Amino acid sequence: MKEFETTALKDNLPEVLTFVEEQLTALGCSKKIIMQIDIAVEEIFVNIASYAYDPQIGPAVIRTEITEEPLSVIISFVDSGRPYDPLARPDPDVHLPASERRIGGLGIFMVKKSMDDVSYEYKDGQNILTIKKQIDG
Amino acid sequence: MNVIMNRSGTELTVAVEGRLDANTSPELEQKLDPALEGVEKLVFDFEKLRYISSSGLRILLTSMQRMGRCGSMTVINVSSVIMDILEVTGFTDELDIK
Repeated sequence: MKEFETTALKDNLPEVLTFVEEQLTALGCSKKIIMQIDIAVEEIFVNIASYAYDPQIGPAVIRTEITEEPLSVIISFVDSGRPYDPLARPDPDVHLPASERRIGGLGIFMVKKSMDDVSYEYKDGQNILTIKKQIDG
Repeated sequence: MNVIMNRSGTELTVAVEGRLDANTSPELEQKLDPALEGVEKLVFDFEKLRYISSSGLRILLTSMQRMGRCGSMTVINVSSVIMDILEVTGFTDELDIK
């Protein structure tokens, strides 16, 4: 397991992505899967940066774990901000006409659609959002 | 991210290169907003776009809404990875993609 701690600020997104991407590249991930995971990491980290501690700032911890058979990556995002389950929000209706569409909730919807598993728990004063993605086959 | 704009009369072509993410999207939004004044035909060229997150999709949606009221909008040269994202998020329903 590897861990990366940073301040939950949008400006720190590139460092978070570098931390995750380095591991995915070492595993020989395809470009498509790297992009799907990048998007998921961005959407979740930016959510934490935008809302978890607002208007204050606070830390976020990103933990990665690789599991075998099938080769998968598990990434957890931990913050100590206000309790918030992003998965509880209803999915946006992506088939509404453009004039009626709202962009809210689209980020987490993309995460749900592209990852194999997404789970949330609130434990010991921490929000823990975990994504899992199979990276071969 | 690089943005290259080409205006010809009431037609504006916007080539977006690189990453359209939470940190780069505000820059595109700032450049696009004044540039859309008087535009009747908007074309996004995504040939060199390699990443788009929900913040980039937000710009597509607001542009579709704006052009829907007073013109047309087309997206060209969409790669398969970007197309996958547009499909999952329902943007292929209405977006004119060439």
